[in-house]
Amino acid sequence: MTVGLFVPCYVNQFYPKAAKATLQLLEKLGLEVDYPTQQTCCGQPMANSGFEHLTTDCNENFIRNFAQYDYIVAPSASCVLHVKEHLSSARQPENAALIREKVYELVEFLTDVIEVERLDAVFPHKVGLHQSCHGLRGLHLSQMSELNAPYFSKPEQLLNLVKGLEQVTLDRRDECCGFGGTFCVAEEAVSVKMGKDRVTDHSKNGAEYITSSDLSCLMHLEGILNRQKSNVKVVHIAEILNASL
Amino acid sequence: MKETQIQDHATLAEAFIQDEERVNWHDGALWFIREKRDLAAKKIPEWENLREVASQIKHNVISNLHDYLVQFEENLTRNGVTVHWAADAAEHNAIVYSILKAKEITQMVKSKSMLTEECHLNEYLAERGISVINSDLGEYIQQIDNEPPSHIVLPCIHKRKEEIGALFHEHLGSEKGLSDPTLLTRVARKHLRNVFMTRRAALTGVNFAVAETGEYVVCTNEGNADMGAHLSEVQIASMGLEKIIPQKKHLSIFLRVLARSATGQPITIYSSHYRKPRPGQEMHLILVDAGRTRQLARPDFRDSLKCIKCGSCMNTCPVYRKSGGLSYHNTISGPIGAILAPNLDMKKHADLPYASTLCGSCSNVCPVKINIHDQLYKWRQVIVKEGYAGYTKALGMKTMAWTLSSPGNFTKAGKAGRWFMQNLPFMINNKFNPWYKQRELPEGPEESFAEWYAQNHEKEEPVYK
Repeated sequence: MTVGLFVPCYVNQFYPKAAKATLQLLEKLGLEVDYPTQQTCCGQPMANSGFEHLTTDCNENFIRNFAQYDYIVAPSASCVLHVKEHLSSARQPENAALIREKVYELVEFLTDVIEVERLDAVFPHKVGLHQSCHGLRGLHLSQMSELNAPYFSKPEQLLNLVKGLEQVTLDRRDECCGFGGTFCVAEEAVSVKMGKDRVTDHSKNGAEYITSSDLSCLMHLEGILNRQKSNVKVVHIAEILNASL
Repeated sequence: MKETQIQDHATLAEAFIQDEERVNWHDGALWFIREKRDLAAKKIPEWENLREVASQIKHNVISNLHDYLVQFEENLTRNGVTVHWAADAAEHNAIVYSILKAKEITQMVKSKSMLTEECHLNEYLAERGISVINSDLGEYIQQIDNEPPSHIVLPCIHKRKEEIGALFHEHLGSEKGLSDPTLLTRVARKHLRNVFMTRRAALTGVNFAVAETGEYVVCTNEGNADMGAHLSEVQIASMGLEKIIPQKKHLSIFLRVLARSATGQPITIYSSHYRKPRPGQEMHLILVDAGRTRQLARPDFRDSLKCIKCGSCMNTCPVYRKSGGLSYHNTISGPIGAILAPNLDMKKHADLPYASTLCGSCSNVCPVKINIHDQLYKWRQVIVKEGYAGYTKALGMKTMAWTLSSPGNFTKAGKAGRWFMQNLPFMINNKFNPWYKQRELPEGPEESFAEWYAQNHEKEEPVYK
């Protein structure tokens, strides 16, 4: 089995540590991982703003880079959801359909495909889990609080395998952080207010770290935390799952 | 967007957010209702099934609307109700006026009806010498304050009780500084009782119109629709075409999901069935299109007509809770308003589908399972194609698409965040950058992942040619 590592554009540029942790974690688990170096972006920034028609070249490039792999794994629920829901190609419709089936966000890949039951990770901190909306309501990484349905949480399942980690209970377990792509600047006031309220929920419940499977949410929350000169830090879930003492 | 509109959602929301303490309270009040809704929904094991069945029934309704409307009209007529058809707001208002004028009525009481708000009926009638009093407490308060409702179920949810006390003091002569909700309600009741007693005409909205029987159901918690209707000589009901349900038994689904979704109650206090006029009374029902058939013809958006106006998408929407209903500058606010409004006036409401993070919570609480957040995404595509998205934004997007779509462009664009810092709309590093106003920028790392990988990971042949 060969896994193609999909590193979303902004993760590549701003949060290489999360991408390294993803690569190392997958390799630690005995997987053969390739990083196709000609990859760029899934096209979501344009599409979510109403410019899906400008994403044709992004789509073709994505297919060129990833069609050959058994699985495609990325440390970003949001980008994975975009590929799952919107990757299309007039030239290679079969490949596009195949990729939509075999692209996974890291957490669900670990719980559903690899079925990880043990990790050597150690992270002796209080951690608040931020459920990204695309991971939660798009990829169903956890049960959604609105539904009358049995509870489960794939990220919690993995965090429970980490030695020393204590999860904090939030007042609102799956409220949106307000990033929302270009929403974060187009609706700056609302976006920041939403982010501030999420940060408060985590900090007042004792979190030292906020983690998530989406760095876009974390980038936004980190921007607010740093402006507030807060001691609370953000960390991608891959870095926790790959952490050792 | 901002370039073409002066008071768009973002601008109005920013003004609302200035008073952060009020926002916290507004957010908390609506979240409390969302939690009540969760509790009510989770007490019923078959809840998700009820939503599915409600959605399917409404699917049937909007797919066979013509037949149901004709059946409904036949039964109404048989029951002695006069039926009117209105293509738009102007026709609707003219019909109401002609009914009142024929009876020389100059005062009317009206229970909650978002449709008549949408048609600006009160203003229209006022210009013709007819005064209308809204009898729903929240709408009454909004009317006194000369402001439209901010929420379809909780019209004055953005107002604090002290503010309502001040309004009552100024307009109704209640004692100064009154803020106890029970006492304030008594003040309003005293005034409204007199209104009910003296109005010869009463207009109500319609929650559910039963095609099979020709009856319609009006749900309230205050009994205000009933008091108006029962004391009236002329009773008028205004309804959008989509309010039909096929059979009476379907109320057993809709009445259960409506109140639980709206406020977490098992059922509204009053679910009143109106079928035929009392002896000596006239009953009229106005069926209003006002853009609904146009929406019906849009395959991607027709499901929005399933809406039963419970308001749960507003209560759960974090953007709504932080920005207030009036920031949507449309009668129906919140997520559902944002997918209905562009159909009415795409240019004026081009900003509304963008007033969302696409978090999807709205679709999950919707009792008729409208895919609201998917429709928001789809409206954005339509708005861009129709040219309402703003020139600057479009230009930025083209540059971004060009750079992100080709590995060569992407690599040339620079190392470790340099291109992003210069080109991503939220990373532009100048004083106008809205990101930087209240947030720090991410610290650019020493090297990107791609650079690290090229130098540190074992060298292999490129994975594709």
